[in-house]
Amino acid sequence: MADTNYDVIIIGSGPGGYVTAIRAAQLGLKTAIVEREHMGGICLNWGCIPTKALLRSAEIYHYMQHAKDYGLSADNITFDPAAVVKRSRGVSGQLNGGIGFLMKKNKVDIIWGEGKVSKVGEVTVSKSSKKAMEPQHPAPKGTKGEGVYKAKHIIVATGARPRVIPGIEPDGKDIWTYFEAMVPPSMPKSLIVMGSGAIGIEFASFYKTMGADVTVIEMMPTIMPVEDPEVSAIAKKQMEKQGIKFLLEAKVSQVKKGAGGVTATVETKDGKKQDLTAEKLISAVGVVGNIENLGLEELGVKTDRGCVVIDGYGRTNVPGVYAIGDVAGPPMLAHKAEHEGVICVEKIAGKDVHPMDKSMIPGCTYCHPQVASVGLTEPKAKEAGYDVKVGRFPFIGNGKAIALGEPDGLVKTIFDAKTGQLLGAHMVGAEVTELIQGYVVAMNLETTEEDLMHTVFPHPTLSEMMKESVLDAYGRALNM
Amino acid sequence: MPINITMPALSPTMEEGNLAKWLVKEGDTVSAGDVIAEIETDKATMEVEAVDEGTVGKIVVAAGTEGVKVNELIAVLLEDGEDASAIDTAGAAPAAPAAAEAPAAASAPAAAPAAPAPAGPAPVATDGSRIFASPLARRLASLNGLDLKALAGTGPHGRIVKRDIEAALAAGTGKAAPAAAEAPAAAAAPAPSQSADQVLKLFDEDSYELVPHDGMRKTIAKRLTESKQTIPHFYVSVDCELDALLALRAQLNGAAATDKDGKTAYKLSVNDMTIKALALALRDVPDANVSWTDDNMVMHKHADVGVAVSIPGGLITPIIRRAEEKPLSVISNEMKDYGKRAKERKLKPEEYQGGTTAVSNMGMMGVKNFSAVVNPPHATILAVGAGEKRPVVKDGELAVATVMSVTLSTDHRCVDGALGAELLAAFKGYIENPMSMLV
Repeated sequence: MADTNYDVIIIGSGPGGYVTAIRAAQLGLKTAIVEREHMGGICLNWGCIPTKALLRSAEIYHYMQHAKDYGLSADNITFDPAAVVKRSRGVSGQLNGGIGFLMKKNKVDIIWGEGKVSKVGEVTVSKSSKKAMEPQHPAPKGTKGEGVYKAKHIIVATGARPRVIPGIEPDGKDIWTYFEAMVPPSMPKSLIVMGSGAIGIEFASFYKTMGADVTVIEMMPTIMPVEDPEVSAIAKKQMEKQGIKFLLEAKVSQVKKGAGGVTATVETKDGKKQDLTAEKLISAVGVVGNIENLGLEELGVKTDRGCVVIDGYGRTNVPGVYAIGDVAGPPMLAHKAEHEGVICVEKIAGKDVHPMDKSMIPGCTYCHPQVASVGLTEPKAKEAGYDVKVGRFPFIGNGKAIALGEPDGLVKTIFDAKTGQLLGAHMVGAEVTELIQGYVVAMNLETTEEDLMHTVFPHPTLSEMMKESVLDAYGRALNM
Repeated sequence: MPINITMPALSPTMEEGNLAKWLVKEGDTVSAGDVIAEIETDKATMEVEAVDEGTVGKIVVAAGTEGVKVNELIAVLLEDGEDASAIDTAGAAPAAPAAAEAPAAASAPAAAPAAPAPAGPAPVATDGSRIFASPLARRLASLNGLDLKALAGTGPHGRIVKRDIEAALAAGTGKAAPAAAEAPAAAAAPAPSQSADQVLKLFDEDSYELVPHDGMRKTIAKRLTESKQTIPHFYVSVDCELDALLALRAQLNGAAATDKDGKTAYKLSVNDMTIKALALALRDVPDANVSWTDDNMVMHKHADVGVAVSIPGGLITPIIRRAEEKPLSVISNEMKDYGKRAKERKLKPEEYQGGTTAVSNMGMMGVKNFSAVVNPPHATILAVGAGEKRPVVKDGELAVATVMSVTLSTDHRCVDGALGAELLAAFKGYIENPMSMLV
């Protein structure tokens, strides 16, 4: 009889779940993780990682098309959609296997199946009721199976799934979610993207680069509505230059499927309606937490708008039941889930840990140009009552950006005029997703403008713009 | 319910101490009586014992933290079967009120009410060591007039971060005491000493080394400054002939029994006899055996004689209690034990706190005469010089005698000139007629 008693059982092996499991094991807690479909969850299998692989192909394709700009020549540039997808799946598969290895290395048991909190302290694992998304990576070896498992602490890390708008239900053929968009059998000639959040805009960017005619429909007045409006506007302008069309303050009221694809009826704010026809439509209107069939309702676990309600340590209102990541509410980002999970188990292990601080969680979008940000946007900072100092530095003033052939973009910083606290940083342009962490570290260490000004940034790098932006906030920018 | 371990008061007058060392770590199991930490008070290092059994759930105050107020939460003990998550409810609350209660513990009249007491928790780094605070915390502190030294950090490795400043602002603690910097206006406040910068710029940068003050040095500085600023001192000197005393001492030491190892039961020093003489003088002149408080004259019934003992890094004054009642041999042996433990800094607070008078003897260093600073709550202190052969006039004739000069410093608020002279005369009587000390 296998041991079925654990200190911690985590339901869901996405980035939140598996990192939580490793940390729990490091802390000496006997840990198991329940997964019904794919190690690494959406992030590794159908989200963050495979899209980055697709976008990398698109990026290189874009460079090849612009080889001339760099004094190079390349003729007959084409691509093989199947090979692009295959590479993406390969990247995903490699990491998926890596999670299995990490679990084994950290002596975390994997229980294969669908987990349910049958009562406090008990998880019942049964055969998955969900049809697995294909193609599927193989399940890890040596997993435990269906049965009843005990754990002092049960952490729900079941993630989220695409939100479905009634009447525009994805069918997997003409109306896609990110699942289908990730593995196109062929490149569509035309595409409508509903929603301009990170997922929608990344697919818009990918398919546009691969040659599709792309229209993005967004309900809000700016694209990527969580971003600073100035950054959104620059990103939109750049993407419009590439040929992406945007319909803002608009919504799809109806979608008709026909022989040649879909016809979407789009209603704009002024009440005007227009019909758009495209080969495919991607529904990217957000995600909802996977809170169902987990036994949460029966246990009386509080939920709010489709997410489990937790405190700063991942604790629900029911002792012994915790939740982390997307299922525990926004921002629905892998790195937020990971950190939330680490805090959760460290607290369980009695470590001196501070509650989750959501004010310094960076966000990255890998469209072209890239967008990255952390902290408050300028309007939000003002709304919060801060007297702000705003610094801006454009890519055109940076030597490395010019050398890269990427002169478009902006680094914007927002400071509290009174204290010099860095309240937010917002960037658009090449490689900004790799730059933002500099500001994230600065914010976490509570640096002020003074420390940033005293920091020597290497030349020639894009990062020099980060310092210039700070200098500009105080009227001291050097290179413009 | 987790058990809160708070900063113990190791003596009735202890207000704060330094948490020198933890002997346990989080997760350790302790039983009642186990030594869990070492606390450094003004002058001694004390051991803290666990009073309950359990598992150390959380160490709240890190080792090396200075100025931890009595009753402040220092650690949380988990009872059997308790989970660390229970700590949350146990931990946070008590710390703040403890800081507010602390001043009440100061019962000694010595705590001069005139000196501006720092608000909130005590400074953690008055010794000039680095205070870890985030740049934003530093700026917020300076914008809000907070003294970082008065704040405890909750960031990584105890770093002071924004939330600590916000907490201090919300609680109204940690205000920098402006009086310390701009004192002259307030008559009772101590005059500001030169700032560290002002002092250091008088010297070449590589011409000195900085040695941080330890608890003892700070206490000496604080108490003696307080003494000289609040106590009106006056001084009475007298010469005492020692020949009779030296003869008696030789006789008594010669008569001391020896045990089988050849160790003598006692070996009296001149100092031991000085202690006894002062104690008896105070018994004879009880009006001088007093302490000053604003409301009352504290008339002591016994002569508890503090004896200044020089030790590396400072000095300490262990007390011979009821010295007027104790035989010389007992006084002598007590002093030997005190002297040894003082050097190891192992004296307990109750062994060096209080007292009704003190003796400071620099005779063994060849000092002829000096005057000492009254150490409240004492009203007097006797500064003892070396016994040396001096020409004296006896019956109109020049003669040679062994003479010791002593100077009595007194607190004029409670021991007036004539009273001081009377006490000193009584002391001289015992020294010059030492047989009277034996009866």
